[in-house]
Amino acid sequence: MTRDAIRDLILEIIEDIDEDADFDTLQADKPLRDQLDLDSMDFLDIVMELRKRHKLQIPEEDYPELATLDSCVNYLEPLLADA
Amino acid sequence: MPVSFSQADDKYDVIVIGSGLGGLTSANRLAYCGYRVLLLEYHSQLGGLATWFKRNGHIFDVSLHGFPYGMVKTCKKYWNKEIMNSIVQLKDIVFDNPQFHLKTTFDRIDFTQKLNKQFKIPQSTIDAFFTRVAGMNFYDDQSMTTRELFEEFFPGRSDVHRLLMEPISYANGSTLDDPAITYGIVFSNFMNKGVFTFEGGTDKLIGMMTTELENNGVTICTNAKVERIVVDKGVVRGIECQGRMIEAGAVVSNSGITNTIHNLTDQDAFSSEFMEKANKIRVNNSSCQVYMGVKKEDTIDDIGDLLFTSTVAEFDSTELRDFKTGSKTFSVYYPKTRPGHDRYTIVASMNSNYSDWEKFTEEEYKKEKEDLIQRTLIDLDRYFPNARERMDWIEAATPRTFNRYTLHTQGTSFGTKFEGLDVSRSIFKEVNGLFHVGSVGIIMSGWLGAINYGVIVSNDVDAYMRSKD
Ligand SMILES: Cc1cc2nc3c(=O)[nH]c(=O)nc-3n(C[C@H](O)[C@H](O)[C@H](O)COP(=O)(O)OP(=O)(O)OC[C@H]3O[C@@H](n4cnc5c(N)ncnc54)[C@H](O)[C@@H]3O)c2cc1C
Repeated sequence: MTRDAIRDLILEIIEDIDEDADFDTLQADKPLRDQLDLDSMDFLDIVMELRKRHKLQIPEEDYPELATLDSCVNYLEPLLADA
Repeated sequence: MPVSFSQADDKYDVIVIGSGLGGLTSANRLAYCGYRVLLLEYHSQLGGLATWFKRNGHIFDVSLHGFPYGMVKTCKKYWNKEIMNSIVQLKDIVFDNPQFHLKTTFDRIDFTQKLNKQFKIPQSTIDAFFTRVAGMNFYDDQSMTTRELFEEFFPGRSDVHRLLMEPISYANGSTLDDPAITYGIVFSNFMNKGVFTFEGGTDKLIGMMTTELENNGVTICTNAKVERIVVDKGVVRGIECQGRMIEAGAVVSNSGITNTIHNLTDQDAFSSEFMEKANKIRVNNSSCQVYMGVKKEDTIDDIGDLLFTSTVAEFDSTELRDFKTGSKTFSVYYPKTRPGHDRYTIVASMNSNYSDWEKFTEEEYKKEKEDLIQRTLIDLDRYFPNARERMDWIEAATPRTFNRYTLHTQGTSFGTKFEGLDVSRSIFKEVNGLFHVGSVGIIMSGWLGAINYGVIVSNDVDAYMRSKD
């Protein structure tokens, strides 16, 4: 998957979680949590959805890698290289 | 509708033992992930402690006194929008005790104002306190107690400690000696927007959840008490119920964590290190309740939705659990609770110790329940005069009642103290495929805690099931 496709995937999953999420002003290098009102349960949903869609197993200790949109893309890029 | 156990197949992907809110939510999530799920409940009704009963034209709710706003998002994401849409705010929370009297919406804005104007606490102290508790996480250092936290911000102010602690003690059985982080997390949840309830009552909620589970393909059996979790060579194989073995790739137990380890699973399935931790788990207190139904022609004036009342000079966690405690909450259910059902009921709740009640003979027990009712009516008279004459149904529940209906160790109302969380979270590392969900660690209890924990555990189960393929 390209970096853009991974980015779109993450945004799509977040939109499923919170249909009111506003992506227009989202800064990719700032924590998603602060900008979109996401809590720890929402991050769990992202993990579960990635497992469902792409069979990705993200261990709990790696959850902090999902903090910003940029860090998500960096972390997932090698894992989704063949997707 | 739940089916009889004899109709269950011999094999499922996942078996969930117990239909408390944690078990129901795990079953629902796992079915949503595509697994074939069997849900087994010992009682004839689903919901566990989220329960209700009907008497003489009244419907009494057992654990619908209030939950935090977070339920709105949680129900929308993990159940459905219809369920979410029935959540409404309880606006009138009353405190009445020898130290102060006040009415509040129980949110940060109103609490800040009360602390500042009525209790004369400087704004900067209040802000610093809210900031501190809002920043607490369950993985933070837990050496500070709630008592120390209160002393740091409000030294010597037993009235402020009471305002901050009393409702939380009723909500989850925690005391001033429990870790401050457990207090901070639960208190901040409530302070977000106040106290909420489910319009239509517990029966409506559990009915809607049952429909959702059935739509997602979960097989549900009531009157099905699981006798044993079958483990072979460190891996879960299934369960035994009514003399029958049912196989499963994973088992999620919503039975209490102490029951799950000591009574349902073979002891040699666990390592000695794990058992050492498990043996240290303390359960929270149980409850007494008095359910009162007002006569048909009578009504209750607006005396508030939830009343935290006490005749005791100062707040004391031990007094709150005392056999003859002078502290009670009254939940008042107006017809607005169940639109279309025009009856008024009041439920009095007290924290209580199982040990105080287990020793009575049947005859003594009956008399003690009558005395409990009498003490409750005397206290209720302050808010609803001539209470006894105005009721057409009065009935009491004790720690024995809670033990009987849920099998929970010592009838615990709110699961375990903090140490239970780690044991519950790590059980699947001991026995492959065995998971626990349900009230543990103070923070994972209550309606919101149990549902969210159900989601967390189903994520673990899903990860495990996929790692096997
Ligand atoms: C009096 C009282 C008032 C409360 N008030 C509130 C409130 O106002 N707000 C709030 O948020 N929370 C409240 N709570 C707490 C809340 O109700 C609980 O934390 C929550 O419902 C517990 O859910 P749970 O998933 O832990 O399971 P539980 O509700 O404890 O259910 C466990 C289920 O497992 C079943 N089970 C056990 N063993 C077996 C077996 N071997 N085989 C089959 N089934 C088995 C039991 O029958 C039961 O149905 C209250 C609790 C009490 C007791």
